[in-house]
Amino acid sequence: MSESRRDFMKLTGVFGLLAAAGLLTTREAIAQQQAWNKAAFETKSMADTYKVLGGTPAESADISITAPDIAENGAVVPVGVTSKIPNTQAVYILVEKNPNMLAAGFNIPQGTEPNVATRIKMGQTSNVYAVVKAGDKYYVASKEVKVTLGGCGG
Amino acid sequence: MPDPMRIRATAQGDVVDVRVLMSHEMEGGQRRDSAGNLVPAHFIQTVTVTHGGKTVLSADWGPAVSKNPYLQFKFTGGKKGDELVVTWVDNKGETRTDKAVIS
Repeated sequence: MSESRRDFMKLTGVFGLLAAAGLLTTREAIAQQQAWNKAAFETKSMADTYKVLGGTPAESADISITAPDIAENGAVVPVGVTSKIPNTQAVYILVEKNPNMLAAGFNIPQGTEPNVATRIKMGQTSNVYAVVKAGDKYYVASKEVKVTLGGCGG
Repeated sequence: MPDPMRIRATAQGDVVDVRVLMSHEMEGGQRRDSAGNLVPAHFIQTVTVTHGGKTVLSADWGPAVSKNPYLQFKFTGGKKGDELVVTWVDNKGETRTDKAVIS
């Protein structure tokens, strides 16, 4: 009797620990989810996206976008952004003709080079915009990418 | 548990080039299945990379990032043997953390 009770206590102890660990990670996950800028990802026009991000950007020749001229597969379009603007704090990648313009945003802390690359989906041929935040000013550069096979829907 | 990430970090001088390949569906929420029902969105929302406790990159992603996302960036101040920690969280609250040593 006492033996089985001891086993039972051991078991509950282990489960208790597991539950605590599970709870902790969920709480962290929720905190990170809340940090996600939902409004910016739901805008449906370039002007709205700029407004949510914080300002209308000025054209700049100091931002370069690395992307193919023609993307055969819109589901996987490699896009890289390099900014030579001093004090670049954030880089955003926008696709004008996607259902939602904002594809990705990167926060660049000090010490990290404003040079990021990822792969995005594009529904159709469109301009790709790279918006850079430096201080409280915004800059933008764009490049047209022709898509022969769309990557949204199917 | 989602599949592990593939992380490669190489140091040249004190500049570290980081490449991460994540394994994730990145379902955009626009697609319909064969029965005509919308496939619910399921995508990574935030990615955080830390080096020695300091965040070197944090990214916010929308559903327009490709399936099995790729991320590349560079930061200064790292050296060989240091540890990098990459964490992502998706819109369903799933999360994964992987570590890599800079080579």
